[in-house]
Amino acid sequence: MSDIMQVTDETFDAEIMKSELPAMVDFWAEWCGPCRMVGPVVEELSKAYEGKIKIAKMDVDKNRQTPARFGIRNIPTLILFKGGEVAQTIIGAQPRSYIEGELKKLL
Amino acid sequence: MQMYDVIILGGGPAGLTAGLYNARARLKVVLYERLAPGGQVLTTDWVENYPGFPDGVSGFELMDRMKSQAEKFGLEIQNDEVMRLDLSESKKIVTTAGETLETKAVIIACGATWKKLGIEGEERLMGKGISFCATCDGPFYRDQEVAVIGGGDTAVEEAIFLTRFVSKVHIVHRRNQLRATKLIQERAMAQEKIEFVWDTIPVSVLGETGVEGIELKNVKTGVVSRKAVKGIFVFIGTIPNTELVKGQLKLDESGFIVTDDNMQASVPGVFAAGDIRSKLFRQISTAVGEGATASYAVEKYLEKSLTSS
Repeated sequence: MSDIMQVTDETFDAEIMKSELPAMVDFWAEWCGPCRMVGPVVEELSKAYEGKIKIAKMDVDKNRQTPARFGIRNIPTLILFKGGEVAQTIIGAQPRSYIEGELKKLL
Repeated sequence: MQMYDVIILGGGPAGLTAGLYNARARLKVVLYERLAPGGQVLTTDWVENYPGFPDGVSGFELMDRMKSQAEKFGLEIQNDEVMRLDLSESKKIVTTAGETLETKAVIIACGATWKKLGIEGEERLMGKGISFCATCDGPFYRDQEVAVIGGGDTAVEEAIFLTRFVSKVHIVHRRNQLRATKLIQERAMAQEKIEFVWDTIPVSVLGETGVEGIELKNVKTGVVSRKAVKGIFVFIGTIPNTELVKGQLKLDESGFIVTDDNMQASVPGVFAAGDIRSKLFRQISTAVGEGATASYAVEKYLEKSLTSS
């Protein structure tokens, strides 16, 4: 099991919307193959950007409110937040270089 | 610079099989996969036509097994993205995000991606009701109506899978009969939740902030109609992931890599296997066979270049 932060419907606002750092949340589920494919990339990025960007995961099977609030109908979806606003949405399992390019725009 | 015997690009069934054989042959080999290994099989709920599994096997389990089998024999798998390939007969350079490697041979097994519809509204509503993966996104459409576009094995199998969640699936197909395997067709025909819309193509996706429907056109009568659906699942064929080799290898008119019977592409020492290759039938079983053939062709190629140099 990885040590990447997991957020829930209960903790989402405090951890992400009110985060001082920019943030990225990986919306995923156990049943989703492409989520498994992009998972290791997200974990690597969470280490590489530690202290600069808060990177977390949310299980959409266990948390229904937050995905609905952001209109998520595809997983994996990565949403990038800055100052409590959605800065970018990345749909599907994209390669690291693309995700990292979008992350750098948050800094 | 490190010199490899062979570098494999892509960690689906073709790449992992090539890696298994090349590792057992004790070649200096590494496999690069930009995401976690598994490939498109990971989007398949249940695989029933891969021999050796009479009750079927989940896509996850099958790919876990292929990966651990290759690793057991020493295949090194790098989770890294290849940014650039320079392919010539005399020199093959693989550039990743972090390093530059030289290799005597390359096996390209990067697979293919689902083709988009290319119609009005699709880009606007991407991620808001358009999907290319029923196993990923099906649960978002509980008790709603959805459309599946396509008539091949994947389209019909995914439509059947979606009946677990949705209230109705409209299979929209441009012809008046399906291309899917007969057994799959029979299962779909027996499903009360599946309705077929024959001789019909989509012309636009409706909705502003989320999919609200789809506009369709009957190709025989020209009649335009609308269906109120919340989700549109698109399975109309694939486009090969050939960004790295464009302009360097011969491709067919649809962009797939052309090879000879031994999987060799138009540059000596460059081989292709699996869904990225120009061929008749894209299956796990064919990908595996091509991976094995490519790996053996690499061995023969290396022997030949050794004796001629």
